[in-house]
Amino acid sequence: MPFKGYVEISIESCKGCNLCVIHCPTDCLALNTSDTNSYGLHYAYLTDEDKCIACQNCSVICPDAAITVYKKVE
Amino acid sequence: MKEGYELIYKRPKALVDVRMHYCPGCFHSTIHKLLMEVVEELDIQDKTIGVCPVGCSVFAYDYLDIDMQEAAHGRAAAVATGIKRMLPDRIVFSYQGDGDLAAIGLAETIHACNRGENFTFIFINNGIYGMTGGQMAPTTLEGQETTTSPYGRAPDKDGMPLKMAEIVSQFEMVAYVERVSCDTPANTRKAKRAIRKAFEFQMKGLGTTFIEVASNCPSGWKCTPEESLNWLKEHMFPYYPLGVLKEPSKKKKGNAARRTKTE
Ligand SMILES: Cc1ncc(C[n+]2csc(CCOP(=O)(O)OP(=O)(O)O)c2C)c(N)n1
Ligand code: SF4
Ligand code: SF4
Ligand code: SF4
Repeated sequence: MPFKGYVEISIESCKGCNLCVIHCPTDCLALNTSDTNSYGLHYAYLTDEDKCIACQNCSVICPDAAITVYKKVE
Repeated sequence: MKEGYELIYKRPKALVDVRMHYCPGCFHSTIHKLLMEVVEELDIQDKTIGVCPVGCSVFAYDYLDIDMQEAAHGRAAAVATGIKRMLPDRIVFSYQGDGDLAAIGLAETIHACNRGENFTFIFINNGIYGMTGGQMAPTTLEGQETTTSPYGRAPDKDGMPLKMAEIVSQFEMVAYVERVSCDTPANTRKAKRAIRKAFEFQMKGLGTTFIEVASNCPSGWKCTPEESLNWLKEHMFPYYPLGVLKEPSKKKKGNAARRTKTE
């Protein structure tokens, strides 16, 4: 059974580079194309919490260290 | 935090909580993050001294919450030499782009490596001068279009791209050389391990440690961050292959031993 997790993405730290989105193995991240942060950039968000397996791929690849990862305690 | 969950990753505290000025997707930011994660893991925040270059990372001292020194363009290796010699118990690194380390600062780089200076080079090779608008660097690939090679780098006029990691591996007193990248989570994890190893070898006094990052410059390459990853795979990695080029041999004595013998 894979782990269960969720992530928090800092809207203001995110630069919308999309690198976390393309490296999430379960496709549960996306850029919010209908909103921007104060710098005018679309930011990434967790689309489907049930799918997150706490693999940390997104937080490892994120250049701006905008992602915090939590894992469900077994 | 939600109930029943535990924190497994958060931004390192040694990375100042401000927005870095780098372009979206630029590996300068990724390497800053990895450096500060390693500093935290090794618990050396109050013992680490970084030397900033001239280039996009000229303001790295605003982001890395450790002692930092700014060097004139290309002179980071000379400044790091001075710092490490005066404060040998500190962990010292220079952080330099390819214009800084391989063009204007090539002499400092080569001689520091030849002397086996016991600090770590963090060399960000993105194939161009990022800060000044994407001019050709010594590391620009054959045929690569830049603002000063609009028809592509031509070896008959411009020579071939310098393979710095391969060059410095030749020096006897260089202990550890690895080329890494941050294009995938797996490679980013390897990059962090390499930085950690370099610092650990430095702490043992084994000699010069050199980490080359096959890096990107989405703005200078005029592409999206995602496209820059493909460009790395298609063009950079074949010419600048990733991996360990040199590791300290278990049998040979490090430079620390060599120095005490002569001093
Ligand atoms: C003595 C001197 N010569 C030239 C410059 C102009 N200059 C500023 S940054 C730079 C090159 C930066 O390129 P690189 O080292 O590859 O770093 P990047 O910006 O790509 O990270 C140059 C030539 C300068 N600031 N000082
Ligand atoms: S931790 Fe893994 S599964 Fe969860 S959002 Fe990040 S990349 Fe996707
Ligand atoms: S990798 Fe980081 S900066 Fe890039 S879109 Fe994802 S959260 Fe934002
Ligand atoms: S110009 Fe290039 S190297 Fe400089 S911050 Fe932007 S992407 Fe990074």
